[in-house]
Amino acid sequence: MKTTFSLALAGMLLSTTAALADTTITIESWRNDDLTVWQQKIIPAFEKEHPDIKVKFVPSAPTEYNAALNSKLDAGTAGDLITCRPFDASLALFKKGQLADLSDMKIMSNFSDVAKAAWQTDDAKHTFCVPMASVIHGFIYNKDAFKDVGIDAAPKTVDEFYADLDKIKKDGSYTPLDMGTHDQWEAATMGYENIGPTYWDGEKGRKAVIAGTEKLTDPQFVEPFKQLVKWTDYMGDGYKAQTYPDSQNLFTLGRAAIYPAGSWEISVFEKQADFKMGAFPPPVQKAGDQCYISDQPDHALGLNAASKHKDAAMTFLKWVGSQEFAQIYGNALPGFFPLTKEKVTIKDPLANEFLSWRQSCKPTMRYTYQILSRGTPNLENALWAASANVMNKTETPEQAAEELQKGLASWYEPQQK
Amino acid sequence: MAQDRKPVRWHVGVFLAPAVIVYTAIMIVPLFATLDLSLYEVRDKVAAFVGLGNFAKLFGDPNWSGQFWNALWNNTWFFVVNMAVQNPIGIGLAALLSSNRLRFAAAYRTAIFVPTILSFVIVGFVWKLILSPLWGIAPDLLKSVGLRHWFAPWLGDPHTALTTIALISVWQFIGIPMMLIYAALLSIPEEVIEAAEMDGITGMSQFWRIKLPLILPSIGIISILTFVGNFNAFDLIYVAQGALAGPDFSTDILGTFLYRTFFGFQLQLGDPNMGATIATVMFAIILVGVCVYLFGIQRRLRRYQF
Repeated sequence: MKTTFSLALAGMLLSTTAALADTTITIESWRNDDLTVWQQKIIPAFEKEHPDIKVKFVPSAPTEYNAALNSKLDAGTAGDLITCRPFDASLALFKKGQLADLSDMKIMSNFSDVAKAAWQTDDAKHTFCVPMASVIHGFIYNKDAFKDVGIDAAPKTVDEFYADLDKIKKDGSYTPLDMGTHDQWEAATMGYENIGPTYWDGEKGRKAVIAGTEKLTDPQFVEPFKQLVKWTDYMGDGYKAQTYPDSQNLFTLGRAAIYPAGSWEISVFEKQADFKMGAFPPPVQKAGDQCYISDQPDHALGLNAASKHKDAAMTFLKWVGSQEFAQIYGNALPGFFPLTKEKVTIKDPLANEFLSWRQSCKPTMRYTYQILSRGTPNLENALWAASANVMNKTETPEQAAEELQKGLASWYEPQQK
Repeated sequence: MAQDRKPVRWHVGVFLAPAVIVYTAIMIVPLFATLDLSLYEVRDKVAAFVGLGNFAKLFGDPNWSGQFWNALWNNTWFFVVNMAVQNPIGIGLAALLSSNRLRFAAAYRTAIFVPTILSFVIVGFVWKLILSPLWGIAPDLLKSVGLRHWFAPWLGDPHTALTTIALISVWQFIGIPMMLIYAALLSIPEEVIEAAEMDGITGMSQFWRIKLPLILPSIGIISILTFVGNFNAFDLIYVAQGALAGPDFSTDILGTFLYRTFFGFQLQLGDPNMGATIATVMFAIILVGVCVYLFGIQRRLRRYQF
């Protein structure tokens, strides 16, 4: 009797391990640039500890990700783990019941409230994604080019910034400022929202727009547009048809001096560029002013509520919240900065330069992301078009600001007063 | 008398069934589902019937109607360029190809037709590279003939982007009218041509007076194909200019507007109901266009029997 029981038990155990060994979880993501890093560094590290779980990373193109993911979730064909966009896109999925509530996970205590804010309900009661990384905006420059032209140090103020650009332009061997407006989003993300916080005092301005006490037509929100117009004098011939990959290639081929950047470029650039690179934060208006950086919560990982492999997926999520993961991730993808409270050492010097600004500058994030892009017209998309129009000179900064304000006020009550 | 009663012809139904079932399942049902979807709106996770409310929003709310009219106007221009450039050139090419004196006709025919079978992704990507101000060959080619100053970042300028895209589309699809007209020209009987020659009608006047009237029905078909194809277009603009159809929505046509609305884009969330509304309007536009052609034009075309 006893033996039959233990045999049955052993059989059950065997069958469960066999079942577990088959478990394959898939991760939905828009980070197709990182595919090899996931396949070669991150997934093997996890599978070494958990040989019974196989992980597949299936990225899609960034701009198509939300649309593709939404249809996959609706159709029930999405992966077990979902890479979460910050704020409303993921919040909407949680509200539809497509992302599971992860508030009770122990590892959530590894993250600060600010880090979690991008993946919580408005009242901060429910958290639905495990924060993975943020990106920091600034400018990457070609150190060799600066030396050639005779610039000793990176610019700190706006005046220095333009003085350096003038020098590079006069020299003529480099495109001074490497950006195009064809794909539109660089103008908004790497242009307007990069330098903007310096003018609207970071978090103060961002929160004031949400509260409705400041308007997008106020001078602090128009001035960054005026700066963008000035930038166009230093941009390459035909910048209107220059695409994002064009800009990346132009810089890594060593033909441009300053690249308005997000830290996610670091790993791509370091692989391709054979010159020394440096970075500087958005220049301040007057020497000694407080500097601001856009430290944007970028991605997190959530659980598909309809997943068939919840246990395996939760095991992976727990690992994503650990210090060990942060250490691997932050170093495998320099430029994506872990959001964990625990100590993580980043070895990459350029990434460390970006990271050091967290100490000297006040961090904020892209103001369009929280709450303000919930309605129609969508403020984020409108900002892309507005920034590109201003740089293409089809709209004046004032017109662009006016239009953004009109669009926002058409559906956002606090701005209607 | 029993003989006079015709037996039920079961075989008719049996033979029709496969086509009817497949067509119903993959065309008619989705079509009506789309029309149905456009009559609802999601409120607090529940679909609520709003009648024609979505259409009122599309035409009445300036946030929507502005984009819609912009897309419709762009689409019309896209069609006009295609009609005005692609079809006359296609007919001209076909006339040249069917000429007896042309050597290597088969080689030309193949070369001109090849772009048609290329994927939109390749066409969009290749033309983006050709026209790139940084590494494109267009600026260098113009430079070699001393016209470098003619070059502009065409795809990045709101005034020229749409026309440029339309011309790329012409380049890609020029093979279709060419082949159809070529086939029509070949089907003209020798006797007719010989009779014309006996009457002294040769060369250009033979083309204008004899051949062109005979291929008019084919031209009509090509026009309607171009119309339907252009008002359903999406791929090329999506590939070359992205879903935001930049710069400043200057290349936004109904297809890209529908895509952004239905599936969402970046932070904009998808709205299947408004998407279905736009799809329904597109359907109506194409339906009206096709009806105008069928009842207004095709019936009046004179056909010649040989």
